[in-house]
Amino acid sequence: MAIKVQRVKLSLWERLFIPTLWNGFKVTLGHFLSFKKSKVYAEKNKDNKFKATLSYPEELWTVPPGFRGAPYLVSDQDAATKCVSCQLCEFVCPPKAIRITPPGEDGEAAHREGAEKMPKEFEIDMLRCIFCGYCEEVCPEEAIYLAKDYYEGYDDEKMRRDYALTGSNREEMIFNKDKLLERGGTHHDRIKKWEKKTADAKAQETFPVGENPKAE
Amino acid sequence: MTNWFYNLTPNEQFAIFSLLKIVIAVFAVVLPMVAYSVVAERRISAWIQDRIGPNRVGPFGLLQPAADGLKFILKEDFTPAYARKAYFWLAPAVAMVPALLTLAVIPFGSKLGSQQAVIADLNVGILFTLGIVSLSVYGIVLAGYASNSKYPFLGSIRSSAQMISYEIAMGMSVIPVFMLVGDLNLSAVIEYQKNGMWLILKQPIAFVIFLVAAFAETNRLPFDMPEAESELVGGYHTEYSSMKFALFFLGEYAAMIAVSAMMVVLFLGGWTLPFAGLNETATSLGMGLLQVGIFIGKLLLFMGLFIWVRWMLPRFRYDQLMDIGWKRFVPLALANIVVTAIYLYLTHGK
Repeated sequence: MAIKVQRVKLSLWERLFIPTLWNGFKVTLGHFLSFKKSKVYAEKNKDNKFKATLSYPEELWTVPPGFRGAPYLVSDQDAATKCVSCQLCEFVCPPKAIRITPPGEDGEAAHREGAEKMPKEFEIDMLRCIFCGYCEEVCPEEAIYLAKDYYEGYDDEKMRRDYALTGSNREEMIFNKDKLLERGGTHHDRIKKWEKKTADAKAQETFPVGENPKAE
Repeated sequence: MTNWFYNLTPNEQFAIFSLLKIVIAVFAVVLPMVAYSVVAERRISAWIQDRIGPNRVGPFGLLQPAADGLKFILKEDFTPAYARKAYFWLAPAVAMVPALLTLAVIPFGSKLGSQQAVIADLNVGILFTLGIVSLSVYGIVLAGYASNSKYPFLGSIRSSAQMISYEIAMGMSVIPVFMLVGDLNLSAVIEYQKNGMWLILKQPIAFVIFLVAAFAETNRLPFDMPEAESELVGGYHTEYSSMKFALFFLGEYAAMIAVSAMMVVLFLGGWTLPFAGLNETATSLGMGLLQVGIFIGKLLLFMGLFIWVRWMLPRFRYDQLMDIGWKRFVPLALANIVVTAIYLYLTHGK
């Protein structure tokens, strides 16, 4: 069905374009004279007076909650590596960006008492990573996090909000364990699973947790 | 050192001075102005749209033209296989040259030393200008034809119709000016406006028609039919790349400068200001340079207007554009001629 659009009947004065010109000039002049620079993302354009442009390296973007940045390994408050090298993240990773080298039978012992092991090497190819967050989701130890700014213990000065990963070659974009731990920072562990397990085990004397069985 | 120069015949001296004036006017004044009007356009449009605009290259982004130029030169100069090669190469030059040629007859100042501050003091200045301006349509038509592709073709068809239509209104709007002045020489037009009675006050209708026609002639919004990014991709320069595209782009700005200069001369009194003796022919070099500065200042005013209007008004529909051109401005310009003629007959005639 055809719709008949009712055209507005313009007066002679309006048809001279002069009111149109004047209104156009008023609007553009108003915007032209709004010299305020942009605040960070959340406050921007609240009253339509701020510049929409973010002067990027000088002004940083506020990462919203739930943002999925680059996956990094975290340490607990005792600076111990939380990862126990279970390789679930490696298994779940859709683009196969994670590669974990387990410590092997006589590798370095885990930092935390009670934890069975920790990875000898942990590599994430940031060029392959699709930042889906499956690794964070699957991790039973809360040891890997997509970099974002809302978890407990987040330090605005030290922690990086990596939404702009850069590198000059492919090798540089493969992040190893040290780099991942350094960038991941500290994640305050409230539960301290392994301390409790060790205590339980010691109380029950069922198994010498934390001691290397071979050493006996 | 200077002896050999005084030994030359007046004709040879004239040739040397003319060459000097051309080189300085084109390479030291017009081309930098073209480059910086592109930056001005980008900054002003950014401010109007609540953005910041290019501010990274040099202080306040002032070296942006250098970066742009370098980029254009480094781009691949691509010629489509189906394009008509000779015309394809010719079109950008044809778009750029008329804009620069127009400036030859514009008096940009009174006197610089002993030399008149105009490259060619033609006694048919305005006819020359209108003739050259109508050449600029060929650049666009050739580009559209040579590209052998539908968007450029549509763009060039639109532009040829538009530019030819508005040329008529433009030509007719200046007739009353010359009826009042009684001379076709552009220096004489300025002479006439020396007393501060600029022709914008005496011929406001002619000024408005000329201004609108100037927008249409230079393909600026709200009359940018030939380009019409949202409809025709890029219009006539869709198939162009690298320096050839840059020539079209700069040609547009050079044409804007040319028509701005014409409007300054015809309606805003050229290099004169009606006080402090600035409306008399300069006696010293400093005074001459100041008057050139006044001229450029008035010109920049018009450039600002060109840029500002682009963000103020939406594009006209094609039939509306033709409607305004033929049914409004041409009759209005004709009426203006008749009224001016009657006025002149009553006051000066008999």
